[in-house]
Amino acid sequence: MGGVIILISLASMGGLGLALVLMLVVADKKLSVKEDPRVEKALEILPGANCGACGFAGCGAFAAALVEDKATANGCKPGGNEIVQKLTDLLGIEETESISPKVARVFCSGGIKETVKDKVYIGIETCISAHLVGGEKACLYSCIGFGDCCEVCQFDAIYMDDNGLPVVDLAKCTGCGECVRACPRNIIGLTDYDEVVHVYCSSHGKGAVTKKICKTGCTACKLCEKDDDTGAVKVIDNLSVIDYGVNKAPVESVNRCPTKVIRVSAPAPGYENMFEAKIKQSQKAVEEEKT
Amino acid sequence: MEVILIFISAVLVNNFVLSYFLGICPFIGVSDKIESAVSMGFAVTFVLTLAAAITWLINRYILIAFNVTFLEYVSFIIVIASLVQFVEMFIRKTSKTLYDALGIYLPLITTNCAILGLALFGALREYSFIQNIVFGIGAGIGFTLALVIMSGIREELDLADVPEPLKGAAITLIIAGLLALAFMGFAGLISA
Repeated sequence: MGGVIILISLASMGGLGLALVLMLVVADKKLSVKEDPRVEKALEILPGANCGACGFAGCGAFAAALVEDKATANGCKPGGNEIVQKLTDLLGIEETESISPKVARVFCSGGIKETVKDKVYIGIETCISAHLVGGEKACLYSCIGFGDCCEVCQFDAIYMDDNGLPVVDLAKCTGCGECVRACPRNIIGLTDYDEVVHVYCSSHGKGAVTKKICKTGCTACKLCEKDDDTGAVKVIDNLSVIDYGVNKAPVESVNRCPTKVIRVSAPAPGYENMFEAKIKQSQKAVEEEKT
Repeated sequence: MEVILIFISAVLVNNFVLSYFLGICPFIGVSDKIESAVSMGFAVTFVLTLAAAITWLINRYILIAFNVTFLEYVSFIIVIASLVQFVEMFIRKTSKTLYDALGIYLPLITTNCAILGLALFGALREYSFIQNIVFGIGAGIGFTLALVIMSGIREELDLADVPEPLKGAAITLIIAGLLALAFMGFAGLISA
């Protein structure tokens, strides 16, 4: 009796499975929809990181939108101009506007060595949860140091150094902005490749307070603003801010900053010469003005 | 009369999401915008109705006929999975608009426990063919109702001042609980 049941079970389920398989096989043949072959080719060109910087659900969705002319080839920020070129060749479209490549920079210099800790945090080791209760450092604008930004990076372009601060590998960073969104304290920013001078602090705390809790914080002393002839540096809400719209790098302000939070940034690989030229040009302009 | 009772029971009193806690995954996952909630609800209703018809036939003409009802889980799962696959291909071929509207939600439903739950309930309660289909439509509308209410609340929630520790998933789960509690109020509507 038992044997019969097993046989019936096998036969009925096997038959059911077979019938369903046949149905799907026939359906696959009869109902197949021809996709535009360019979608697949475009997908091969794209980086395939599915980072979402283009505003679509992933590289596949972006490729489909491209072919349907719902997106422009320069939408893929991480790909850079090389990929834009390949895409425009493939689709036979003109792309007038080239993308200005971006790179992520961490605007906090207060690592473990430089800052004062006034709390102890015991809990889930992510920045987003530590941020809820204020983290360990006295500075509430500082890097928390659990590396949420490293976790989300699809390109392995950001890592934590020994001092507990994230470091961006400029050769690998594609400027997709995932780390910017991951940071609960908004200390990571996307900057143009060719911007030379940045303020490496995000503290809006009062100068006297910042001075006590961090060796490398902006104390809003306004020395950078003083005598600055480029007009690019302003202290707003207790923090020095560089107006990138002014097309002159405030290189002189770098030397004046007592806590060295305004710094000449490390250039992205391939942009070294351009950085030097830009610095020289600004220095020249300053000297000319003096004479 | 029986059919109307089954319908109202599936939509309100024994709502699949808020009373049986089936299909919680899309209930939380796809309920942040009303627009996507409606799409998802529509897709689920569609598949639930189809699955109700097919699984009833499988149950009656294979499982009961061969006296192998203990295989209902296995057979329902493979039937539902292939059915959704087939429907996806079919819609893609016939209606591009509908395919785009349902989008990613259709394949997501393949493994939705609400569908399997419906098939198993139908078999357990020994519904007739018509009753089972009405049960499927009712369950789908109930699911859509819960999803749309939830997404409406969550859209308003974006503007509300939620205490920091409760932001995100925590407040969503609390709302789901309150909503389920509210739906319990329908319990007296029909005496089962």
